[in-house]
Amino acid sequence: MINFGYSINKPRVIDIDRNNLHKSNEILREMPELQTCIGCGSCTATCTAGNLTEFNFRKVHTLVRRGEYQGAYEEMNKCMLCGKCRLVCPRGINTRGVVMLIKRKLGDF
Amino acid sequence: MKRSSWTEYQKDIADDHYYYARSCIRQNFFPGSEKAFLNILGKDLGRDIFDDPKHTSCTGIGYHSDIVPLETIMTVVARQFALMSEAGYENFTSSCITSFGIYTEILSTWEEFPETEERTRENLYKATGREFVKPRNLAHTSDVIFHHREQIARQAKRRLVNVYTGEPLRVVEHIGCHYAKIFPKSGIGGSEFPYVLAGMVESWGGEIVDYPERRHCCGFGFRNYLVQANRGYSVANSHKKLESMAPYKPDFIVCNCPGCSMFLDKWQYTIAEMEGTTYGANGGGIPVLTYEEMAGLVLGYDPWELGMQMHQVDVEPLLDKMGVEYDPSAKYLGRNGKYIGQPEHALVNSCSQDTLYKIQR
Amino acid sequence: MKHVIVIGGGIAGMQCAAELARGGVRVTILEKQSDTGGKLRNWHKLFPSLTPAEEVLGGLNHALKRSSEIEVRTGCEAAGVTPQRVTLATGEELECDAVVVATGFTLFDARIKEEYGYGIYDNVITSADLEQMFNSGTVSMAGGGVPRRIAFLHCVGSRDEKVCQRHCSKVCCVTGVKQAMEMKELFPSADIFNFYMDIRMFGPGYEEMYREAQQRCNIHFVRGRISEVSPMIDGRLQIKAEDTLTGRPLKIGVDMLVLLIGMRANDMNTVLEERCGLKRQPSGFMQPRDQFLHNTESNVPGIFYAGAVTAPKSVGESLNEGTAAARGVLDYLAAGEGSNKLTVAG
Repeated sequence: MINFGYSINKPRVIDIDRNNLHKSNEILREMPELQTCIGCGSCTATCTAGNLTEFNFRKVHTLVRRGEYQGAYEEMNKCMLCGKCRLVCPRGINTRGVVMLIKRKLGDF
Repeated sequence: MKRSSWTEYQKDIADDHYYYARSCIRQNFFPGSEKAFLNILGKDLGRDIFDDPKHTSCTGIGYHSDIVPLETIMTVVARQFALMSEAGYENFTSSCITSFGIYTEILSTWEEFPETEERTRENLYKATGREFVKPRNLAHTSDVIFHHREQIARQAKRRLVNVYTGEPLRVVEHIGCHYAKIFPKSGIGGSEFPYVLAGMVESWGGEIVDYPERRHCCGFGFRNYLVQANRGYSVANSHKKLESMAPYKPDFIVCNCPGCSMFLDKWQYTIAEMEGTTYGANGGGIPVLTYEEMAGLVLGYDPWELGMQMHQVDVEPLLDKMGVEYDPSAKYLGRNGKYIGQPEHALVNSCSQDTLYKIQR
Repeated sequence: MKHVIVIGGGIAGMQCAAELARGGVRVTILEKQSDTGGKLRNWHKLFPSLTPAEEVLGGLNHALKRSSEIEVRTGCEAAGVTPQRVTLATGEELECDAVVVATGFTLFDARIKEEYGYGIYDNVITSADLEQMFNSGTVSMAGGGVPRRIAFLHCVGSRDEKVCQRHCSKVCCVTGVKQAMEMKELFPSADIFNFYMDIRMFGPGYEEMYREAQQRCNIHFVRGRISEVSPMIDGRLQIKAEDTLTGRPLKIGVDMLVLLIGMRANDMNTVLEERCGLKRQPSGFMQPRDQFLHNTESNVPGIFYAGAVTAPKSVGESLNEGTAAARGVLDYLAAGEGSNKLTVAG
């Protein structure tokens, strides 16, 4: 193998065909209300962790729903479980429950 | 493949009397292709084409790499047009897709912003004392071959058919981005289902492969390739295309852009050396042809005269499938039988000579 | 007896004619197709209640038949309009006291969005095709398979300057939700993805329906417009979009892609503008006298509008406009503005 001084970039694409949606389906089965997220961002706007770290609750659970589990558990660990997100969610999603569920399901990833 | 709309994207392509503008990349990496184009037009098709030693690079690579300013490139382009009218021609045909994009874009800029044309006239006059007339017809050289594809089919010595199976050769066509992605109306078939190369392939007996990443860029991108640190992103594009087309087992790739021909060919070497992956049959690469080479093979030209020994990926498996007779020992003999040197061993050319010639027995 | 010509026998025209007849006016409906009912004839069920389209059509047809004062002329195209006279494409001239233009809209031709491959790849269909499939009782992939993954694409031919359709077609969002739910019902194990730019649930019960699609039917909504569709080696379709809520490109192979095609203005509207002095909006739809108090009147007294000829509208809205336009016509005739010597003498 020759080293040319660069490597071939890996695709950034979310490849639904390649992703294993098993865990994501399981999460949605246990908490179907997560599908009702309309991406308004209220949760992230008010998030204690999100204001001081890179944590973005909305983005992490959306990625999880697409089968992108890498790092989701670690991200969710940033949550302080203060519950403000649940107060602001216009769809009434049990966001704290989502944090706990994702941590429970994706601890291995 | 089904196409519904290519006939809606038509453009005028002059029938004769062309002023020829060469391509920097093609001249250096596929010099035989430009020679072949001149021969095909002049000798096989009996058309008048002028290869002017006075013209220069359009400076497109410099322009797209933020080195040559817009005003400068406009003046260079104006000079090419001046040379064309001085030589008594009004139909401009460029060998390079980048140049074609540049000419199309500049003509359109002059149309939309006439003051830029006036300024260019002034600049050209001050710099060279020349004046220019805009071409009556502007076409890429692949347009010109497309225009004559049926005549070429009538004069064909060989077809794009596997002589052993009688099946059409499976061809991946790759269209340079600047052919029709800037102005879809400037390309035969538009930008989503371009027909310029597909039309040639179909007229000459081959079959087009439509694969998921057909429209994706080869990844050249000028500055993105020129800076070594960015090459990982550049090569990843060709990688993505090759991964996507490989399952279709294409017999060859044909490009109308000099940059794409070079990159899709040479990146196969890079990928093989970096990752050990090759995409063609028998562990080799997928041959990448220019449309001039494809037309030349159809018209019975000798592959080494077409310059096909300059390719990274060996073309012999394709030549065998097409029933092209060639002298293997003459591959690296240049003009007057002079040895021109031969490439180092590479993974992408790993198939043994036995494999290369097996198909013939 | 006063005579009013209603151009267009779609739902707005039918409703308007029935109301006019009830008001004591003789009505002629000019319909260019072979039957009344317009686009609704090819629709299966209506959002959000899933009322069968034929139920609505049945009611409208019944009302038309009940009146002896309504004449329906099918296979009949209008070429020129004044408040007193409608000229047909054949050159025939019909006298009247007022005209209602209820010519509706044209479905966007999805082939124009070449990148989606409609007409090229077999399993790319439009929302209108899907309704026809529902009507025929057979929904399947080309050649008959059961789709395991289905995608819907919103805003095809709407909110798109590239195809000269800047406006929002309004009803496709909820149609996409409705059809996704219907497909889930037919193919419970299929994964369904809706690709959208915005979801505009403007009507009563629509937002609730959207929520039900998400929560009960587990339909995936991805905010991002599909950029291109290409064939895969296994015969499926590869779709590329951005999942804008995660900021990453996304690709997915699907068995079937449904394009939610928008409503565009009829080509005939240019004729109405150029030859008949009627005003058009930049969108190409006809311009009502004003948006509030004279919503069903044109800029020419005696020429009225009903339904989607002035903008994309839902079935319910078009029906309401039929009624509103009839009311306007009756007031206009009662005020005597529409007196036409010939009719009065007759």
